Amino acid sequence: MYLTLAWRNIWRNKRRSLITIVSIAFAVLLACVMRSLQLGSYNRMIENAARFYTGYIQVHKNGYWADKTLENSFVNDTGLLAMIDRIAGVEVAVPRLESFALASYGTKTKGALVLGVEPEREDLLTRARSKVVAGAYLQAHDKAVLVAAGLANYLKLGVGDTLVLIGQGFHGANAAGVYPVKGILKFPVPTQNNQTVFLPLKEAQWFYAADNRLTSIALVVDKAKNVDRIVAGISANVDPAALEVMGWRELMPDLVQGIEIDNISGKVMLGVLYAVIGFGMFGTFLMMTAERMYEFGVMMSVGMTRLRMQFVIFLEMGLMAALAVVAGIGLSLPVLVYYHHNPIYFTGDSARAIESFGIEAAYFFSLEPSLFYNQAWAIFFMAFILGFYPLLVIQRLKPVQAMRDAL
Amino acid sequence: MSVIKANNIHKTYTETAVPVHALNGVTLSVEEGEFTAIVGPSGCGKTTLLNILGGLDTPTEGTVEVANTDITGMNDNQLINFRLQNIGFVFQAYNLIPVLTNKENVEFIMLLQKWPRQEREQRAMELLAQMGIADKANQRPSELSGGQQQRVAVARALASKPKFILADEPTANLDSKSTANLLDMMAQLNKEEQATFVFSTHDQRVIDKARRVITLEDGKIVADITR
Ligand SMILES: Nc1ncnc2c1ncn2[C@@H]1O[C@H](COP(=O)(O)OP(=O)(O)OP(=O)(O)O)[C@@H](O)[C@H]1O
Ligand SMILES: [Mg+2]
Repeated sequence: MYLTLAWRNIWRNKRRSLITIVSIAFAVLLACVMRSLQLGSYNRMIENAARFYTGYIQVHKNGYWADKTLENSFVNDTGLLAMIDRIAGVEVAVPRLESFALASYGTKTKGALVLGVEPEREDLLTRARSKVVAGAYLQAHDKAVLVAAGLANYLKLGVGDTLVLIGQGFHGANAAGVYPVKGILKFPVPTQNNQTVFLPLKEAQWFYAADNRLTSIALVVDKAKNVDRIVAGISANVDPAALEVMGWRELMPDLVQGIEIDNISGKVMLGVLYAVIGFGMFGTFLMMTAERMYEFGVMMSVGMTRLRMQFVIFLEMGLMAALAVVAGIGLSLPVLVYYHHNPIYFTGDSARAIESFGIEAAYFFSLEPSLFYNQAWAIFFMAFILGFYPLLVIQRLKPVQAMRDAL
Repeated sequence: MSVIKANNIHKTYTETAVPVHALNGVTLSVEEGEFTAIVGPSGCGKTTLLNILGGLDTPTEGTVEVANTDITGMNDNQLINFRLQNIGFVFQAYNLIPVLTNKENVEFIMLLQKWPRQEREQRAMELLAQMGIADKANQRPSELSGGQQQRVAVARALASKPKFILADEPTANLDSKSTANLLDMMAQLNKEEQATFVFSTHDQRVIDKARRVITLEDGKIVADITR
């Protein structure tokens, strides 16, 4: 009965209620799309960096992350890898030896990140094999390199050409090598794409005169949310003075901070959007009350308590909010599901413009449930707060006066 | 048995620039089964008196007893509940809830009193039939004429068998035919249901139908005639 009353009251001014509901729904739609895009890109950024490059967790010699030199490398103790492999949630541990060297071909020279990898394990982390766009992937005993496409482009070299690497090895040893290019790798993240060279781990250890040494062990874990537990598990089993164990938040403080700042600016924008919508909602709630003062007066005269009338009004506002939220989420869901599975990739000039900022030129959409129910809560919360005014009006209503004033 | 006993009622409105003495010592009692008109010129205090008798307003001085219960000291919520259980109201116009059907409007008080659905619906249909508008049961009030709307309002006021029904100028917005019609129906319900009616009016044809006529002038009773 109260529900019937509330429902019919909503529709006694169809146009006004529809406009209100549609505007709230539109705000919810906009908010969902915006948040989905934001969270989607954050996930993608974290994935690109963690899932496909640094790993969600890394183990290094204590101090390496602050000062990434070969002097901060550590001996690849087989017991260590075995211990890490045994920890629940660790899918694979990927050993690496990395440092900078000069890469040159013909008349061109450029600084390159020369990464010594175990090809099979590396593929489990970075899916490196699938990034080969020309030539073939590495094998453990190759004496050859894979060059990132951006770097290859710059050096104007291709598969079968010979790359010269010159640098400084462990303890200041000279490092120099000449390697045939076995394949070209295409990375989505521009900084990686412009400077990476892959070398089999054994060969890299020889090149850098760092026999059986590693700069890092990167971990693939089953779920990102297990990171903290796994970090704790490994830390408990190593000498904290010798080795440092870091989760992705520690590994990429700049990224994490960038995301946080962007996230806050996104939330501020949502706040502004909701403030605008809030005024519209408030206007409607006000009119829904003001134009019915006489009716409220009659209802209270014949014996309807304030509480019951407030309950009806409350239902009216709640129903409108619920309709709007359902409509907004209902509209956004199919769109977001589609784009979640079919990210928007840019091409041509716009793609190059975006990539020049070091960001992948694509839109990714998240379907994280919180993104939807947060909008729902925001709307219900606003309806609840703004709804206090009509409830207060009822609380203060004097039936005789309300009916006199309204006539 | 008296259903209403008003003792030396005074009402002064002080919200205005000059205080208005709307009632100046009204004492009256209404017996069960009466069909009483309160008459007098505009501004003499009819509405004020009815509001006070119905617990919608409080007197500045004096007491009101309804069914042997003093209502002058009740708080707001007690009064709302007392009205719900004991008093039926018919106002001059716009009595009905526009989003409810006529039948639902008649059921409204019974619903607030938590009658079982079936009894409620049966009673509502019975009353609508007595008022000659059973065929309009499922329409909205806006689809009825003013006279028909007032009949629905009377049916609503009567449905839960209150101690008495207060009607403030129930015919003021009606043409003469509808007025006569509504009054005849009220008189009939007064007989058949032993419903006690107290209504205000300044329409001579309505006054003629009343069995007791209380005349107010400047907030005082100047005549009280039972025929
Ligand atoms: N809320 C109020 N504030 C101030 N004065 C009021 C108020 N209500 C009524 N009055 C005054 O009290 C007096 C009695 O008013 P009341 O409405 O009771 O008269 P009435 O007999 O019902 O008149 P009418 O026939 O025009 O309906 C009038 O002078 C009126 O102006
Ligand atoms: Mg009046």
